[in-house]
Amino acid sequence: MIVAASNGLAGNDAVPRMTPAARDRAFDTATITRWLGSMIGILLLAALWEIAPRAGWLNRDFFPPLSVVLGRLSVLVATEEFWGFVASTIRTCVLGLAIAAIAGVLMGLAIGLTPGARKYTHSTIEFLRPIPSVALIPGVILLFGARYQSGVVLITYAAFWQVLLQMLYGLNDIDSVARDTARTFRFSRFGYVRHVAWPTLLPYLFTGLRLAAAMALVLAVTAEMVIGSQGVGRGIVVAQASNATPEAYAYVLVAGLMGVAINMAARLLERRLLQWHPSVRNAGGAR
Amino acid sequence: MIRSFLRKLMVELALPLILFGLLYALSADSTNFYFPSLAAVLEKFNGLWLGPRFFSDVIPSFQRLMAGYLIASILGTAIGIVIGGHAGVRRAAEPVLEFFRAVPPVAMIPLLIMSMGFGDAMKITVIVAGAIWPILLNTVEGVKAADSVLDDTCRTYQIKGLARLWHFILPAASPQIIVGMRLGLSIGIVLMVISEMFAALDGLGSAIIYFQRSYEIPQMWSGVLMLGLFGFGLSMAFRLFEHHVLGWYYGMRDLERKS
Repeated sequence: MIVAASNGLAGNDAVPRMTPAARDRAFDTATITRWLGSMIGILLLAALWEIAPRAGWLNRDFFPPLSVVLGRLSVLVATEEFWGFVASTIRTCVLGLAIAAIAGVLMGLAIGLTPGARKYTHSTIEFLRPIPSVALIPGVILLFGARYQSGVVLITYAAFWQVLLQMLYGLNDIDSVARDTARTFRFSRFGYVRHVAWPTLLPYLFTGLRLAAAMALVLAVTAEMVIGSQGVGRGIVVAQASNATPEAYAYVLVAGLMGVAINMAARLLERRLLQWHPSVRNAGGAR
Repeated sequence: MIRSFLRKLMVELALPLILFGLLYALSADSTNFYFPSLAAVLEKFNGLWLGPRFFSDVIPSFQRLMAGYLIASILGTAIGIVIGGHAGVRRAAEPVLEFFRAVPPVAMIPLLIMSMGFGDAMKITVIVAGAIWPILLNTVEGVKAADSVLDDTCRTYQIKGLARLWHFILPAASPQIIVGMRLGLSIGIVLMVISEMFAALDGLGSAIIYFQRSYEIPQMWSGVLMLGLFGFGLSMAFRLFEHHVLGWYYGMRDLERKS
C-alpha cells in the first residue's frame, strides 16, 4: 500500500508509462499482439459509432455515422479555411504556454531566491490560483474582442500557476550539498541559478507545462467558441449553428486529435530535453 | 503563543492587504469605462451577490456543479477500478481513453445542445464529460500501482469481492483518486461556467456574460469577483475533505520520512 501511495503523489499526471521491461521486448512478437490488443478498443469504438446511428439506436440527425463524419472531414481537409483554423488554434496554445513558462520561471526564481518571499506570497498565490481562468473571459472580451490574444491571456493565466507552483516545489528540492558547494565556491547569483537551480528545476518546469498543455487546448477552443476568434472552436460553433452536424463532429474529432498530438509532443520534448536527467535515464528513456 | 499566531496571521495577510489597498487606491478615481473603481465594483457586489443573486444564480450553479462532479467521481472511480484491475481491458481501453481525454469537453457543448437541448441535463453532462477523465485515469494508475504483496496477502486469505475492494483496492488507490478528483473539480468549475455562458437563464456564467453584453461593467466585474471567491471556497472545502479522507496517509508518509 505504501508503494502504491507514494507512487500516487509522485506521478501527478495520469499518463501511462512504459516500464523498462516493456521496452526490452520492443521488437518481440509480443509487441504485435500488444499492439493488436490496444487497437481493439479503437476498432470497437469506431464500429459502434458506425453501427449505432445506422441501426437506429441513436438519432442520425444528432449522431451521424463515423463514415459520414470522416467523409465530411476529407472534404474539409482540402480547404484552406480548415488549416487556417488549425494553425490559429495551435498558435494560441503555443503562445500562451510560452508566455506562462517565461513568466512562471521568472516569478518562481524571484520568490524562491528572495529570503522570506515565499512566506509572504503564499496566501496570495493560494487565493489567486483556484480562480477559474474563464472568469477572465469578460475582461479579455473588453480588452481584445474576438482577436486571438483573448485566448492567449486565458491560457497564460491558467498555465502560469501550474508552472509557478512546480517551480516552487522544485526550488525546495535543490540538493543542499550542491547549494553549500556553490556557496563555498562563491558562485554569483547568476551562476547559482544557471548551474545549480536550473538543472533541478527543468524537470519540474516540464511537469507543469505538460499539465498546462492539456488545459491550454480546452481554453483555446473555449475562447474561439465563446468569444468567436478564429480557430477550430469557431468551426464547431459555425457548423452547429448552420445545422451541419457531420461537420461539427468532424471539427470535434480534429480537436481531439490535436489534443492527442499536444500530449505526445509534450512527452517527446520532455524526453529529448531531459535525456540527462535521472528520472528519464532510469526509466530507460521512456518516461 | 498568541503572539506567534498573530505574527503568522500578519505574514499571511500582509501582501493580500497591500495589493488590495493598492488596487483600491489606484482605481479610486478611474474614469475608464471598462475598468471602474474597486469601490464601485464592491458596492455592486454587496447589492447583487450578497443579496437575491446569491440564491438565484450561485446556488443553481453550485447544484449543477455538484451533481455533475458527484456523477463524474463515482463513474470515474468505478470504471477506473474495472480498467485498472484487468491488464487486457486496460490495453484495449488506453488508446480510447487517451483520445477522449484529449477532446476539449467544451467542444461537445454544441453537440450536446443538439441532442439534449439547453436544460440542466446538458450542463451536467458537460461537467461529467470533462471532470471524469482525470478521476478515471488517476484511478487506473492508482489501482495498477497497488502493492503486490498486499494483493498476494488478500489472495492467500481468500479476501474477494466487496471486502477486497473496500479494504484493499480503494485505500491503496485513494491518494491517486484524490489527486484526480482535485483536477476534476477545477475542470468542473470551468465547464460549469462555460456551459452556462452558452445556454442558461440562471447561474454565475450566464449572469457574467449577461452583464458583459449589456455593458453593465461594474456588475460584470462583481460577478468575476464572485466567481473567483466561488473557486477559492470550493478549493478550500476540497482541502478539508482531502485531509479528512487522507489523514491516515499523510500521517504514514510523514512517519516514513522521519525514519
